[in-house]
Amino acid sequence: MAAQETSQSAIFRHAFGNVLSFTVLLLIGVMAFSIRLFSVIKYESVIHEFDPYFNYRVTQFLTKSGVYDFWNWFDDRTWYPLGRVIGGTVYPGLTLTAGTLWRILNSINIPLSVETVCVFTAPVFSAFASWATYLLTKEIKGAGAGLTAAALLAMVPSYISRSVAGSYDNEAVAIFALIFTFYLYIKTLNTGSLFYATLNAIAYFYMVCSWGGYTFIINLIPMHVLLCIVTGRYSPRLYIAYAPLVVLGTLLAALVPVVGFNAVMTSEHFASFLVFIIIHVVALVYYIKGILTPQMFKVAVTLVVSVGMVLCFAVLAVLIALVASSPTKGWSGRSLSLLDPTYASKYIPIIASVSEHQPPTWPSYFMDINVLAFLVPAGIIACFLPLSDASSFAVLYIVTSVYFSGVMVRLMLVLAPAACIMSGIALSEAFDVFTRSIKFHLVGTTQNPQENAGDATKVTQNDVKSEKSEDTVKERSSRKSKKKDKENIEKPSLVSRVEKRLLVLPLETSVMAVFLVVLLGAFYVVHCVWAAAEAYSAPSIVLTSRSHDGLHVFDDFREAYAWLSHNTEVDDKVASWWDYGYQTTAMANRTVIVDNNTWNNTHIATVGTALSSPEKAAWDIFNSLDVKYVLVVFGGLVGYPSDDINKFLWMVRIGGGVFPHIKEPDYLRDGQYRIDSQATPTMLNCLMYKLSYYRFVETDGRGYDKVRNTEIGKKHFKLNHFEEVFTTHHWMVRIYKLKSPRNRIRGKTKRSKSKSGTSKRSTRKKNPWQ
Amino acid sequence: MGRSATTKDAHALFHSLRSAYAATPNHLKIIDLYILFAVATAVIQVAYMAIVGSFPFNSFLSGVLSCVGTAVLAVSLRIQVNKDNKEFKDLPPERAFADFVLCNLVLHLVIINFLG
Repeated sequence: MAAQETSQSAIFRHAFGNVLSFTVLLLIGVMAFSIRLFSVIKYESVIHEFDPYFNYRVTQFLTKSGVYDFWNWFDDRTWYPLGRVIGGTVYPGLTLTAGTLWRILNSINIPLSVETVCVFTAPVFSAFASWATYLLTKEIKGAGAGLTAAALLAMVPSYISRSVAGSYDNEAVAIFALIFTFYLYIKTLNTGSLFYATLNAIAYFYMVCSWGGYTFIINLIPMHVLLCIVTGRYSPRLYIAYAPLVVLGTLLAALVPVVGFNAVMTSEHFASFLVFIIIHVVALVYYIKGILTPQMFKVAVTLVVSVGMVLCFAVLAVLIALVASSPTKGWSGRSLSLLDPTYASKYIPIIASVSEHQPPTWPSYFMDINVLAFLVPAGIIACFLPLSDASSFAVLYIVTSVYFSGVMVRLMLVLAPAACIMSGIALSEAFDVFTRSIKFHLVGTTQNPQENAGDATKVTQNDVKSEKSEDTVKERSSRKSKKKDKENIEKPSLVSRVEKRLLVLPLETSVMAVFLVVLLGAFYVVHCVWAAAEAYSAPSIVLTSRSHDGLHVFDDFREAYAWLSHNTEVDDKVASWWDYGYQTTAMANRTVIVDNNTWNNTHIATVGTALSSPEKAAWDIFNSLDVKYVLVVFGGLVGYPSDDINKFLWMVRIGGGVFPHIKEPDYLRDGQYRIDSQATPTMLNCLMYKLSYYRFVETDGRGYDKVRNTEIGKKHFKLNHFEEVFTTHHWMVRIYKLKSPRNRIRGKTKRSKSKSGTSKRSTRKKNPWQ
Repeated sequence: MGRSATTKDAHALFHSLRSAYAATPNHLKIIDLYILFAVATAVIQVAYMAIVGSFPFNSFLSGVLSCVGTAVLAVSLRIQVNKDNKEFKDLPPERAFADFVLCNLVLHLVIINFLG
């Protein structure tokens, strides 16, 4: 009777727990979606930044022309005259996902436009990502930790920054794919089921389709397998989790055109093959150990080791020779810049110039993951009690992602899920201790001996070494310090050796501690909402500023692109710095010379050289590229700091890297970059200066540049080879047209031409590219 | 003296391996034979590539990886079906075989696509 009652109450409690979990997860998903909507509310439903415009254009093409045309698309409206093979150089996951969503919604008669679907893809997938975090953390520690981790991930600012509504970029779906792949890997590891191994390979395929960061997965999982083997945790489940993934994963990765044969030929994948071989050797050794007697096994080991060692060295020598023969040891430039943080600044200025590729500062850690930054160590310790395959994976994940986030600020995004998982585990364990203490004090020992008999009650102590349970004085002092300093939660936890003596905290302490932890969570929530609303919701294509006479909206970019699309021919080529390429092709629908893909350094250097040269030489370069219009961004009138004059030194460096007649010191006065009267003549005569400051003195009479905070050097000058066709309302975007060459050549040149008719050498213009 | 000891050891090892392997059940031996066949096919393909050249590379890759893939999946099946593995004693062999078939299906779908 009593047993039936307890089993019924257990079932009831189980069902209630399930319903509660489901409701909480639903609310977490809704919260993850809603917190990313600030930009839509504050501005409008528009696509942000630069890269999302390219993805949006590709999605438009996909929805208009279908999958086959998209797969084989050769785009001739960028990188003129080279063009770009879109089908082979883009990660198709994001576009295919959004395209499928649009197709499904339209087929059930919900006529959302492609732009709306693109804008809201990221919030929808962030809800999925938080559910995937719940699943992953549930596999590692349990459902309570899972719910906490999911709630933390839904709000963590670093993930919000790349997945806000309108940020239609690869990371929006890639983070979901990353967490989901890890979840399936851990699930396979825990259950040993080949079904989950298949699903794992398919999820890995989705990750490869979505983001170049898939190399993180294909290096982290082999690292974890190696760790398990080395620490003696090899089991058949490990083999089933890893070996099918390598074979299927390599094949599936080779299917994606961007990756292609790189899946077997670049160093990023070699780790997986090496560990593949190692795990087979280990599996064979364990098998033979299982079927032989111990002394026979010893004989086998001595025999094999002597013969096998020689073979191993030979193979290793061949491999090393192969890899060392390539100058970068087989790694791609981007991966090398991750392993050696100084590599990019020495050899690849384009990678070094992107602001996202700089190392992060300390404040950015607290901005991006806030409270989680000091909950992570507590989580790491909680993972060690007890250590399982899954928790060792979580520890490895957090350690590697912390290293990579320290190299590049963009990779803080990979750190965010790991930090949320660890913090979720830490918070959940802490809550476990406190609520168990409260329950113990309120309910008493008599009523629940069965539950607590097998329980390992945890005691928080300051010192790991003193495992004595009589140190109540020390515990009390540590708890008092916990009251005063609520951030010191990272204390080592111990398993009580004596099950009979239940060590719990006093009631008041536990209640206070629960309250303080909830307060900590409240601070976290407040910070996340603030970060989402104020810091990460700017679409950067529309700028606002508040002044004493209200809100100013700077919509100059779209004004310029609209002017271009309405007032130029369809086939006109527009030259600008590569930052604006994607936006120009997507919004103005004009052919550009270089864009944000930055795959051809020489082409970018050509444009950089043209912008750094004097007017005539620049005109020659642009004319040879069939350019009709030149676009520059200028922030001097309103104080917009990310304009082309501030980026100009990078143009000089990149141009100078390919064309040696452009030397950076020519543009600096005493090593300082200036545009005022003390600037060098090369600087005052270059095209960028002239196009930015043409007629600027007419605005306020002095030519005062609000960004550089000085008056400009050359104020009154004329343009001989360019004519200004459009300047936006706040002078932020200025468009110039190339003047056609003169109809007749007059003066000395003509006479000397008629004198020495055939010898064109003397009248030949100096090649501006040498 | 040392060499004869090592050869004697090698002989003894070989005999004990042989006798231990003979004790495995028949259905596991069938799976082992299948694994051997798959690996042999992969070796033949690599030898052919070494003679004739690796163009088209995607066909070579898909051929070799299909052999290696079926071998790996067969090893996984053997692990799950082997009664000596205590971790899998709750797993019915039909379920293991169904998973094996599913994974092979996905593998060969990808192979056919990649074969070109």
